[in-house]
Amino acid sequence: MIRTTTNRRQLLGGAAAAAGLAALPRGARAASGGTLKVIPHASLTILDPVATTGYIVRNHGYLVYDTLFAQDANLEVQPQMASGVEISPDGLTYRIGLRDGLSWHDGSPVTAEDCALSLIRWGQVDGMGQRLFSYVESCTHDGTDTIVLKLSRPYGLVLQSIGKLSTNVPFMMPKRFAEYPTSQRIGADEVIGSGPFTFNAAEFRPGARVVYERNPNYVPRSEPASNAAGGKVAHLDSVEWINFPDPNTQLNALMTGEVDYWEQVPADLAPIVAGTRGVKVQNFNPLGNMGMARFNSLQGASANPGVRRAITRALNQTDLLLAAVGSPEFGEPCFSVFPCGTTYANAAGSDFIAEPDLEDAKKILAESGYDGERFVVLATTDIPVQTNYIQVVVDTMQRLGINVEAQAMDWATVLQRRASKNAIDDGGWNMFVTWWEGADLLNPVVQFALAANGDGAWVGWADDPQIEAMRTEFAEAQGVDAQKAIAERIQARFFEQNYHALLGQFFVPTGFRDNVSGILEAPPFFWNIQKT
Amino acid sequence: MALLILQRLLSTIPVLLVVAVTVFLMLRISGDPAAVLAGDTATNAQIDAVRATFGLDRPIWEQFLTWVGKVLQGDLGESLFTGQPVSLLIAQRVEPTAMLALTTILFSVAVAVPMGVIAAWRADTWVDRAVMVFAVLGFSVPVFVLGYALILGFSINLRWLPVQGYVSLLEDPIGFLRHIILPTLTLSFIYVALIARITRASVMETLGEDYIRTARAKGQIERRVLFRHALRNAAVPILTVIGLGVALLIGGVVVTESVFNIPGLGRLVVDAILRRDYPIIQGLILFFAAIYVGLNLMIDIAYTVLDPRIRY
Amino acid sequence: MSAAEDIAALPPRVNRGVAVLGLLYRNPIAALAALTLASIAFGAAFAPLLAVADPTALSPATRLRPASADHMLGTDHLGRDVWSRMVYGARISVTVGAAAAVLAVASGLLIGLFTGFIRWLDPVIMRIMDGLMAIPGVLLAIALVSVSGASLTTVIAAITVPEVPRVVRLVRSVVLSVREEPYVEAAVAVGTPLPLILWRHVVPNCVPPLIVQATYIAASAMLTEAILSFLGAGTPPQIPSWGNMVAEGRLLFQIAPMNLIWPGIALAVTILAVNLLGDALRDRLDPKLAKRVGQR
Repeated sequence: MIRTTTNRRQLLGGAAAAAGLAALPRGARAASGGTLKVIPHASLTILDPVATTGYIVRNHGYLVYDTLFAQDANLEVQPQMASGVEISPDGLTYRIGLRDGLSWHDGSPVTAEDCALSLIRWGQVDGMGQRLFSYVESCTHDGTDTIVLKLSRPYGLVLQSIGKLSTNVPFMMPKRFAEYPTSQRIGADEVIGSGPFTFNAAEFRPGARVVYERNPNYVPRSEPASNAAGGKVAHLDSVEWINFPDPNTQLNALMTGEVDYWEQVPADLAPIVAGTRGVKVQNFNPLGNMGMARFNSLQGASANPGVRRAITRALNQTDLLLAAVGSPEFGEPCFSVFPCGTTYANAAGSDFIAEPDLEDAKKILAESGYDGERFVVLATTDIPVQTNYIQVVVDTMQRLGINVEAQAMDWATVLQRRASKNAIDDGGWNMFVTWWEGADLLNPVVQFALAANGDGAWVGWADDPQIEAMRTEFAEAQGVDAQKAIAERIQARFFEQNYHALLGQFFVPTGFRDNVSGILEAPPFFWNIQKT
Repeated sequence: MALLILQRLLSTIPVLLVVAVTVFLMLRISGDPAAVLAGDTATNAQIDAVRATFGLDRPIWEQFLTWVGKVLQGDLGESLFTGQPVSLLIAQRVEPTAMLALTTILFSVAVAVPMGVIAAWRADTWVDRAVMVFAVLGFSVPVFVLGYALILGFSINLRWLPVQGYVSLLEDPIGFLRHIILPTLTLSFIYVALIARITRASVMETLGEDYIRTARAKGQIERRVLFRHALRNAAVPILTVIGLGVALLIGGVVVTESVFNIPGLGRLVVDAILRRDYPIIQGLILFFAAIYVGLNLMIDIAYTVLDPRIRY
Repeated sequence: MSAAEDIAALPPRVNRGVAVLGLLYRNPIAALAALTLASIAFGAAFAPLLAVADPTALSPATRLRPASADHMLGTDHLGRDVWSRMVYGARISVTVGAAAAVLAVASGLLIGLFTGFIRWLDPVIMRIMDGLMAIPGVLLAIALVSVSGASLTTVIAAITVPEVPRVVRLVRSVVLSVREEPYVEAAVAVGTPLPLILWRHVVPNCVPPLIVQATYIAASAMLTEAILSFLGAGTPPQIPSWGNMVAEGRLLFQIAPMNLIWPGIALAVTILAVNLLGDALRDRLDPKLAKRVGQR
């Protein structure tokens, strides 16, 4: 079904383009067309994938924008918009060429200047991008179609950074938007990328509906699609995201065929969805998600490593997953800081969480000098997975003998409150619960949750020069074996400090009508999908 | 008459001002949306930068004056999240909500007024009791439970009607009807209860009046007495209840829109509250309040037409 | 002021007390409603004895179990005992209903009395009340809970605030009519202090309609509590309120329907009973109220 780039390019050449497309035999698109009605996992309100790290904005980005490099299903980096890369022998100059036929949705051609500026804007915000740009001397272009990246020192993760799979993804944008300061967001009528779908601004109803249409001028690569890499062939005429506030209505709508694709089916409902005629359920994200209970390592009892260790020792991932996810089929205890089943997952230092022990935890707590101080948990009420996690975490801590105060609030308030570094009695906090997608945790550099550089780290402000030094060591190391050894040392050190507790790895299946095929592995991509 | 209307119009200004001040102060009791805007992994420096960008770090009175000044020029501001004008967001979402409210009021009046009249006419019989128990039931079941029950029955089991969504009346009248029936039924339940009770009470009262007895004595047929005389005089309280019930209706709309996934104003405002999108919350609550005030103003004026005894 | 005037103001009160008892005797529906409420109040009071388990004790390993000898009504999605949560839920829901009713009536009475008697205050307060009434109650409640954090107290407060203006209007209308009565004018003329006038002549006249109003507020408070939970702005999830149970139960309705149905029935029956009792009281205590407009 994948057309070769040569054919497409010929068709698009010159003034004959429109006539050429019209002349394309209908039979050539036998299985294509139609609208895919999708229930996304959240509502899309911010449209700028650089402005925020929300997963829904990343998914939106993949529809509209394209990337220079991309990771395939084996997590290998492959060229996407890039035709190739030329690295100087000293490893300091990267010359990235653009392939032919790339154009923005407004019709203007994609230039190397656009891309260089897009990289710079992303590099100011994204954690991995910031690290990359600390090695970059200049990011420019050669005046034609080549991006020139000059480093001040050698850096091992240049292409892994530019080809990053998950949020913030370095998406390419036209110069006029790539020049926006990072505090200025791209507006609803400014969503112009070069990706396989276009954003329909007139139909955009934030919180209710987002419509994407096939980009007729998109030139896919010739390789088969594999994750974010390979040929992004848009078979569908349009993709419609419809937001549902109520999970029961989501279930009903899929069962009656009013929607075709339900991105995240709650695990408890999976058997019901699977048992419905005409509907299938499958997990497309083998990396899953990792639940975390993050400690505030600056304030109160959670600043005491002994208290953190005691809590971590007591938490039982099996119970936590049952409460949060339900079906054991979709939850798997995982005792590594890297997603189990991926390259850097290991067992270093994990003995004490693999077999939770409340009595031993009580001993650790007694030795820590904990004096019954109030322990404030920011308890989310409007996200069921978090709410359920928190109830078990709080219950465990109470049995451990911690004076827990679970303050119930919606997620928006958690985000506000957790930014506070104040003392506990002055609006401060000790713990909140969330999860990250596996794709964001793959290695010590991409994993922002592991950062331990104080103010620059994730909220909770872990501050540990040892971990930071090892993360840099990892970034500069050559070869997977060397990197694995460093990853193990980082994990061992992390399990001494426990800046957060791991709550298990869980998988969220997707439900879809049986006339939908060609779904790629997550994060949800909408090219390659066909509806018959 | 014109002077009277003008006077009543002016009296709505302080009411709307109270609404504006209340909502504005309430939203600023605790925190702001800067952390939500900055995203999950933002550092505190990034959050502060966002706060400064949107002027959320300025004194409250200054923010309030800026907002009121803009509102007076017809500008409700822009969503902090999408950057779109609030007036545009309202315009995009107003149709489903307005249609749902309209169908609910029409259906409720059509069902509840006859129910109330019959109950009053047959006061203290089993008919009356049945009507009244139904009316009380209307106040006793959470709207969403009723919505689920209707979906389960008519959409999942019988497959007669769609589960969710909204279709514009202008684009597809049949589709509009199919989509609006269940939400209307759900939302009408409480409204029917309210109107039926008031109708019964008002008609019972007028039935005791002298002129009704006169009409009956003159041998006018019962139906004529009921609907010509009694109901006409019961119209004023019924209208009042419809006006006051609009606030109740808007509350019900929020839930009904969630259950049936109707992209209306109720959803818009709840989403905005959960995200702290201040301009949308402020703009919409002011908008709802203006509708409520405006509608009740019109009803006040309608009184003078319906009931010549009322003079201001 | 003469004793005769005092008596003129008082008799209805005595009759009303008798009337309530007579009502229950003559009106079987009201009696049934009262009986239902009494048993729910009993359950709420003796919840610790009736419950078989701690309503907040988690047991994820035995989640979503059907009814059994150990768990009379099965377990919920966190393995908590549904029966025990139902019993304690009665306590929470009765508390929410009663607290909202008492708070709304008390504050409304106070504001209404002063509004009705202090003329310069009247326009100011009434504009504020009009403003509050113009904000849809559910939205006001969600916003209040969202900004001030979810707890039982904030939820009760958030439910109470939108109810106050209606009480104020009711009290004020009574005050305005009573103020013109000869015996009140006489009391004012002889220089009786305002609080005494209010207490002796005005409050007794407000009591019957307020009792009726309080039942309606209690009923709608329990309903609003469920709606807030449904919208994700209700009481904290570990609190076993019926509203929370209904809102949680709906998520897994297809798997464990009874987890929605049991608290749903409890909620509906309680609210129905309160409403029926309110209607019966209204017919009995204050026939005039039946036709007074905008009471709900």
